[in-house]
Amino acid sequence: MSVSEHPFRKYMRSHITRTTNCPGCGNGIVTQAILRAIEELGMDMDDFIFVSGIGCAAWIPSPLFAADTLHTTHGRPIAFATGVKLSLPEKNVFVVSGDGDLAAIGGNHLIHAARRNINLTVVLVNNGIYGMTGGQTAPTTPRGVATITSPYGSLEHAFDISRMVAAAGAPYVARWTTYHPRQMTRSIKKAIQKKGFALVESISQCPVQFGKAAKLGKAVDMLKYYKNNSIGIKRARSLDEQALKGKIVVGEFVDMEKAELTSELARLKEEVMEG
Amino acid sequence: MSSGKKVMTGRHFMMGNIACAEGAIAAGCEFVAGYPITPASEIGNQLAKRLPQVGGVFIQTEDEISAICAAIGASWAGHKAMTATSGPGISLMQENIGLAVETETPLVIVDVQRLGPSTGVPSIGSQGDVVQVARGSHGDYQIIALCPESPQEMFDLTIRAFNLAERYRVPVFLLADGFAGHMRERVEIPETDSLDIIDRKVTTDGSDPMERIDFLDEDVAPMPVFGRGFKAHVSGSCHDEHGMRNLSEPEVMHRYISRPINKILKHRDDIIQAEGDHSAADIVLVSYGTVSRSARAAAQLGRAQGINVGTLRIVTCWPFPDREIRQIAESVDFMLVLENNRGQLYPYIKAEAAHACQIEFLGPQILGQIHDPENILARIKEMIK
Repeated sequence: MSVSEHPFRKYMRSHITRTTNCPGCGNGIVTQAILRAIEELGMDMDDFIFVSGIGCAAWIPSPLFAADTLHTTHGRPIAFATGVKLSLPEKNVFVVSGDGDLAAIGGNHLIHAARRNINLTVVLVNNGIYGMTGGQTAPTTPRGVATITSPYGSLEHAFDISRMVAAAGAPYVARWTTYHPRQMTRSIKKAIQKKGFALVESISQCPVQFGKAAKLGKAVDMLKYYKNNSIGIKRARSLDEQALKGKIVVGEFVDMEKAELTSELARLKEEVMEG
Repeated sequence: MSSGKKVMTGRHFMMGNIACAEGAIAAGCEFVAGYPITPASEIGNQLAKRLPQVGGVFIQTEDEISAICAAIGASWAGHKAMTATSGPGISLMQENIGLAVETETPLVIVDVQRLGPSTGVPSIGSQGDVVQVARGSHGDYQIIALCPESPQEMFDLTIRAFNLAERYRVPVFLLADGFAGHMRERVEIPETDSLDIIDRKVTTDGSDPMERIDFLDEDVAPMPVFGRGFKAHVSGSCHDEHGMRNLSEPEVMHRYISRPINKILKHRDDIIQAEGDHSAADIVLVSYGTVSRSARAAAQLGRAQGINVGTLRIVTCWPFPDREIRQIAESVDFMLVLENNRGQLYPYIKAEAAHACQIEFLGPQILGQIHDPENILARIKEMIK
């Protein structure tokens, strides 16, 4: 039997032969969506600098991708990426990390980067739980779900990350689930091309922790759950809160143009530099 | 002072914090991230105006955590980078100072110390952070910290901090205080050509880190900066010479901790600066930062009264100048350590000196106020009688 190479193997470091993902993890679908977006845009890995934080999703680009990869402290990839982008404005600076990393400990950097409108691409993988540390409640855990640190059911309300980032001023925000890899890929392509802060929230299954906690079953059951409970944003706009309860609103939340920080800085330098 | 010149050559009457900002630009700094804080704010204020004029970037971040992270990111993107703050900001930066140490990132961190702990007294200088800057991040590491005593040295030592950061691929502290930062004095800025500026060595070969040594070289590996096709892997996790995470081999863990420490200690003679006048002295006043000005004044007063008072001024607090202190301790009878705190460096100094001479500590009469030279002299007389 001949073994053919995966068409995206060329985007990966040759000495890396395994990932840290658990069986059934959604990270593989998100990885493929990112690499397919890069492939379809005809871009080179050297056009990118990938930055990630701490948590399962941070292992998507690091050390897998054959590019410059910066694996940072917990919560801070967007802050690091801000410095990289301001110094290399011609490069695509791409952040991949999870909901705990980017929306809990790093939530302040997320909203401020959106407010500044710095040209970063952020894929935020939202599995609704802390997977790597053993299934603790996250700011994205739905109310009532029993996790290891909310054993009687979570008493808190969950963040709606896409709406929060849109409210903070990001010019591109989209949300898809791992049941929607084609739509996710299309949105990542738009996010890369967007001149400004672009967020793609990827709702992704963690069968090992969240599936167990929310009693959603295994990976395939979770994907079926996403299929049956996702609702397009256009349709969602005509429904009231009660009708949207328990639904995952997917689609493009924002797609607009606005002044971007690195371009504004370049203009400023032109104005004030001597000679 | 607002023209777009890179080096403000000339003689100025200048605030220490402004001199620090001008020193950074003269050293080739192209990126500064910061968050407003007294008594360090003037550094960022000046750079917000000056950096765009010379083609650089200043960004005011949402907090000090973001400031140091952005500066580390900019350094990996190939730019000389700096952040400036005071004690509360340093506390917030500590985790990522550890990342800068372990990823061997050239970076200058300015700490204009104020009276603390906690919110403390923002506008009063002190030396309360001297151990924090060396031991504040978790884990085992070495750091470089330079202590200016004047606005002139806020300029000179900022340049030296950049040079050490670039030569050794390390974060370097400019450990100033509110006195040096807010003092206005004459500052001489030399001609551009007479400045000695060091730039980091950058990787020249290859697109595969597995075929290069990017980290953990005690003689400083060339830096595989981003954006040039080196496909560098940079991680705060335990990593090998290629930057690849390794949590399974004890020997790699040992090297990950030891090599960055050894890199600094191996070159300590090039890094450590200590100065003073202590030949034929019976008693030596040991100090650093702005306290050294009071020490010199007290020594002058003492000598005028026939007492052989010498001075040792520690310019490089970290790595700790152990040999330099031991050598002097073995040639004098008395040592008096002066710090504007309750004795932070004192135990380190004592450990090198107590076997050879009588050593004591003296803080200012009121913490946060400068040492009165007359008071130092009174203590000298008490010690040697």
